[in-house]
Amino acid sequence: MKKALALAVLALVVAAPFGLKPYGIYLLSLWAVMTIAAIGLNLTLGYAGQISLAQASFVGIGAYTAALLTTQGWPLGAAFALAALLCFVIGWLLGYPALRVAHHYLAFVTLAFATLVYLILRNEEWLTRGVYGISGIPRPTLLGWSTKAPLDFYFFCLGVLVLASAAAWWLLRSPWGRAFTALRENPIRASSLGIDTRRYTLMAFAIGSALGGIAGVLYAPLVQFIEPTAFTLGLSFNLLLMVIVGGAGRFAGPFLGAAVSVLLPEWLRFSEGLYLMIYAVFVIVLLAFCPSGLLGLAERLRDSWPRFFKSAT
Amino acid sequence: MLLAGLATGGIYSLVAIGFVLLWQTSQTINFAQGEFVMLPAFFVLAAMKFGGLSFAAAMGVGLAVSLLVLGLLFKRLVVDPVIRHGVLPLVISTIALAILMKEGVKEFYAADAQPFPAAWATTNLQVGGAVVSVQNLVIIAVAVLAVVALQYFLGATRTGRRMQATAQNPLLARVLGIPVGRMVLYTFLINAGLVALASFLVSPIYLAKFTNGETLGLVAFVAAIVGGFNQVRGAIAGGLLLGVADNFVAAYLSAQYRAAIPLLLLIAVILWRPQGLLGRAEERSV
Amino acid sequence: MKMFLTAVLALAASGAAAQQTVNMPIVIELSGAGAVSGTNFRDGAVLAIEEINAKGGILKRKISAPQSDTQSNPGVSRAQVQKAIDSDPYVILGPVFSGSVKVNMILCQQAEVPQITGAEAADITQAGNPYIFRTSFGQQMSMPKIANYIRDGLKARTVSVLWVNNDFGKGGRDTFVKEMAARNIKVVSDVSTESGQVDFAADVVRLKGANADAIFVYTNEEESARFLREARKQGISKPLIGETTLLGQKVIELAGAAANGVKGHVGLTVDAPVAAVQAFRAKFQKRFNYLPDHNGIKGYTGVYAVKHATEKIGKFDRRLLAKTLHGLTIKPEQEPGILMEATWDANGDIDRISFLAEVVDGKQKIVQTLPKLGK
Repeated sequence: MKKALALAVLALVVAAPFGLKPYGIYLLSLWAVMTIAAIGLNLTLGYAGQISLAQASFVGIGAYTAALLTTQGWPLGAAFALAALLCFVIGWLLGYPALRVAHHYLAFVTLAFATLVYLILRNEEWLTRGVYGISGIPRPTLLGWSTKAPLDFYFFCLGVLVLASAAAWWLLRSPWGRAFTALRENPIRASSLGIDTRRYTLMAFAIGSALGGIAGVLYAPLVQFIEPTAFTLGLSFNLLLMVIVGGAGRFAGPFLGAAVSVLLPEWLRFSEGLYLMIYAVFVIVLLAFCPSGLLGLAERLRDSWPRFFKSAT
Repeated sequence: MLLAGLATGGIYSLVAIGFVLLWQTSQTINFAQGEFVMLPAFFVLAAMKFGGLSFAAAMGVGLAVSLLVLGLLFKRLVVDPVIRHGVLPLVISTIALAILMKEGVKEFYAADAQPFPAAWATTNLQVGGAVVSVQNLVIIAVAVLAVVALQYFLGATRTGRRMQATAQNPLLARVLGIPVGRMVLYTFLINAGLVALASFLVSPIYLAKFTNGETLGLVAFVAAIVGGFNQVRGAIAGGLLLGVADNFVAAYLSAQYRAAIPLLLLIAVILWRPQGLLGRAEERSV
Repeated sequence: MKMFLTAVLALAASGAAAQQTVNMPIVIELSGAGAVSGTNFRDGAVLAIEEINAKGGILKRKISAPQSDTQSNPGVSRAQVQKAIDSDPYVILGPVFSGSVKVNMILCQQAEVPQITGAEAADITQAGNPYIFRTSFGQQMSMPKIANYIRDGLKARTVSVLWVNNDFGKGGRDTFVKEMAARNIKVVSDVSTESGQVDFAADVVRLKGANADAIFVYTNEEESARFLREARKQGISKPLIGETTLLGQKVIELAGAAANGVKGHVGLTVDAPVAAVQAFRAKFQKRFNYLPDHNGIKGYTGVYAVKHATEKIGKFDRRLLAKTLHGLTIKPEQEPGILMEATWDANGDIDRISFLAEVVDGKQKIVQTLPKLGK
């Protein structure tokens, strides 16, 4: 049943852009990029149970890496590699002291880091062109296939998303991944079984951050202009909500959460300014009743009405 | 200059104290604390605009509504239902709440800044050659009074001591017959009162605007951690330190990186003295 | 067969519908940091559109102007402009925030859609984009005027500058510093501040310490007001000079008595001693129940400029419109909606008369009228 659903979703995202105007395709591409970042955050939050408020900063680091490299003529692949490495290392360095202390401290450290990164991006003009931003970011050409057109670039994003998802899936199914899950369920028992909880949490955070960087590398050629204010706490909160609403700790959570977040302003366009308020209230209510997000809600429904689903399978 | 720093620090302290109290007694990490400071000013403005009240009456109404909404309703409607799922969902809820409050003010009141009347004179004094602003003096005075009153309440009155007991060991407190639920409610009310006070002090200078909460909230968290999370004294020290440091750095060092000071202090404290400058060492409970 | 017919009918219907209106989407800051400016711009544009539609529209077609909110976020603005372009517009109005404009003008340029903006950052018109047009001075036009005033009117030898650290403020500061250097006036203190900053105590201390002959203040509305209050509190005695924003209505309202004595150059103002502008101000207040600021004029005159140029060409042709606007001068006698004579140069920059003003008793008072830079 799950496999069929996954295939259906895949077919949907492949077919979806064909009926849409460039704006719709742009939204889909944005969804793909945000999902990658959300998958990373899901590792940190959903599986390892740590709040990271700096995911947007890693996206920003990835985006600036890509922008600086590609505007100098380097290929995007180099940016992917460099950004992933950079974010992984920074994530590790950031998490190491924070996790030494206590559970909730990572949240505050990432908060501090997020603001710091913004300041550096803005003030260090010699590197980042500061508030003026970097424009004219080119879209890559893969073996002769140019991704300049919206549709082509969307498929490129989709491709990276599939790769990232596959990597995450493999990671979670591996012994490493099972350790992560053990961490989340019962940290005391995990450590009594000899798992170095701190090391695994740190790994989760570092990998999650690296995925954020990869999302950023895609973001830069998507928007084709970047400047520091795109990568502030607001985006981090947004990503956090994506993971929570979709369902933290569930593999498909980020996909759903990102879709809700990107499409919600469109659906609620009639409510103009109220849509954020509606979203916020929805999140609070959701958390009060079903903290495992929309997917958790779906699971609960499925469990309490088995007869409906039995016939379907 | 020092005075300005102390005044700013005083405000930070008030906000940080409330934050620490909530955390200590009910494990509530309130990410909406900054917005809590932003909101009371708007209650007052709304009372004046829609209710036609005088400023003094409106302040009273504003305080009462703050206690109700930010104290009682916050606890009953947001914290209680969510906290049984754990601290993490609660943190996210408060983030969502912050967004809700910001957008609410923006939509239902105004998107631009509003002038907010001051309850004192906006004049200056000449003290020994330096220009001293009455505003700063008033802020410091009020902040000090509030803290002293709070300390007295917590230390010398029966209710206060019961609240402290609840904070230190809720289980034992309950065994001893202390109505824990009610004690926790009191902390929420005290927090609401503190943020309302901070709001009235700060809005005449900062002007009332829906984005006011963003920086204040961040500084409150940092002040609380830097000072020492498990002591009210820590929050005071943290707040003052940040206020003064911020002003001095901006005036004499780099204006561009001024916002980094709280953060650098935070990282430094976490690395070398995680319990904060005045805090007690807390054991890591996995 | 049925499907085919339905399709044909649908196409015909949409074609016919398109005949009735001309599509001019407004992509503007309605929330976030730029909300005040954006709302003013939009309302000015809406006022113009309503007036024009009441008289039958442009070339017998009514204007349809769907609005979208950029949320003062360049990324969002890009998406909104993309959406607007998808709807096959004639012209796009807005945004007002320089950061947003720089992102989305690339899109408009690629789609060959003329864009009328109120943004002031200098580099917007220096990127070789033939489809961008301003209805307010770029910083490269306004700064020389201020610099002249500082040199000749105030006779200052040293100056301090306080600016907001975003592309608007930085662009202004960079241009300003350049103009000061060209006039041999020394910049003794360079203070950067944050957008949304609330506490200016430290910045005022720095400025006092630098003790320049004049202080140039270049930040957004609310920050200007907070700064002025703090300056008054700490007793700054040197003249405070600004460019349009500092002397604006909103700042005066928020700063109260602290705004008195501020002087500066005002490119656009609703207090101009020009009858047409006064009439506009009254009309605006009647329609929207608040006093407009200069952004309202930007929106209003932008729409009328498009109307006039289109009628000149006689048809709706985007490329031709852009070509026509370059080098065009519109006089109020020809087109009352333009309010003051305006000329566009090859880059899309506008040239107009402007004013020197001072805030007296809580009101902006025009002290002198300055002629256009070119003729």
